Amino acid sequence: MDQNLKGKGRSGRLGLAAITGLLLLLPRVSQAAEGPFFVTYTHQMEEPGNLEITTKNLTGAPEVGNRFLGSALELEYGAKAWWTTEFYLDGQATSSESTIFTGYRWENRFRPIPGEHWINPVLYVEFENINGADKSLLEVVGNDGLEDLTAPNAEARMEKQREIEAKLILGSHFKGWTVAENLIAEKNLGHKPFEFGYAVAASRPVALAARPEVCNFCPENFQLGVEMYGGLGTNASLGLRETSHYIAPTVAWAMANGTEFSVSPGFGLTDTSAGFLLRFGVSYEISQFGRVFRNRGGRR
Amino acid sequence: MKTRLFAVPVFALLAAAGWRAGTPLERVPAHATSRKNPLEGSEAARRAGAKIFARECAACHGATGEGGDKAPPLRQPEVHDAPAGAIFWVLRNGSLKRGMPSFAHLPEQQRWQIVTYLKGLEP
Repeated sequence: MDQNLKGKGRSGRLGLAAITGLLLLLPRVSQAAEGPFFVTYTHQMEEPGNLEITTKNLTGAPEVGNRFLGSALELEYGAKAWWTTEFYLDGQATSSESTIFTGYRWENRFRPIPGEHWINPVLYVEFENINGADKSLLEVVGNDGLEDLTAPNAEARMEKQREIEAKLILGSHFKGWTVAENLIAEKNLGHKPFEFGYAVAASRPVALAARPEVCNFCPENFQLGVEMYGGLGTNASLGLRETSHYIAPTVAWAMANGTEFSVSPGFGLTDTSAGFLLRFGVSYEISQFGRVFRNRGGRR
Repeated sequence: MKTRLFAVPVFALLAAAGWRAGTPLERVPAHATSRKNPLEGSEAARRAGAKIFARECAACHGATGEGGDKAPPLRQPEVHDAPAGAIFWVLRNGSLKRGMPSFAHLPEQQRWQIVTYLKGLEP
């Protein structure tokens, strides 16, 4: 195995041990509720006071490039019932090249209309300061394609991507199904055009009613879904020409202790898409995060 | 003048969306209160509801519904005597103004299981 990926594996294990230690200290957990999606957002907001820690990872082995692992560490906090804020740290390791930090993102989601309706809008604004070597692929916009995943790190990291991204998130829950549609507009703060993209998804728990007993393998703990996402060109060339699109079945498993695992194989649908990408993630939600630390401080 | 022009549609939107005063249970529309709990009286549903309550609600409302810093107690006559349909409506819609999120992401059956558990709590 390549030295960089070996190093990434070692530091990954250390990170996992540290996170596990931290989580053992925290008494209250609840289950992450965003469904099994990696790219598509639902209208579900983070509960006020809760902190969700998630890692989203993407690996691929493009025919014309080196195998890579892109990762994003996501900290999502429910500031209000109508406002969720989220901070990301991104990095990647590419076989035979390097392991690098690729930047950060800060996003905010706002739910303008109270109550649950047939279609529920959420407004999303994000600032991202990443470089061209970022391979977390948290969205696909414009003419993003395979070449973004195959450019050598040394070259790609020189490209600064300071961008503002806006999304209109539409979500619905119907008879146990969750359906979501995202329209994406992204603007590089340099002199570059607006880029557009989309993501749509649907999911459903394997069982709609919960079993009475606490269990890890109850059918209601599993969610199955599918998401599709891709670019829609730029304001100069709006359309599907030379854009990449993916379809990705997803599955998520929520353990009784609140840890949720998800995995999603993604298949490229156009010549400019990567042929196959595998996403996997782990998330853990800490209920009333601020209060946990206030209480610990008070006991000292 | 510009501020006023902006305020008009915002107020209209909030009014249309039902941003009204009162506790969430007081705001439940009449048609919602008439819904019957299909799981009423089921011990399995009550136990399942207790499990979901511990996961989704206890952090704010207390482990046994006694209330917390941010959320009111649920062991009170207003909840115990409320129609099952009204509690179900509150779970579905939440109350953004009061900081209660919507639990519409839970399937209907699970929300009814929570209602079954809550109706069994003694004030």
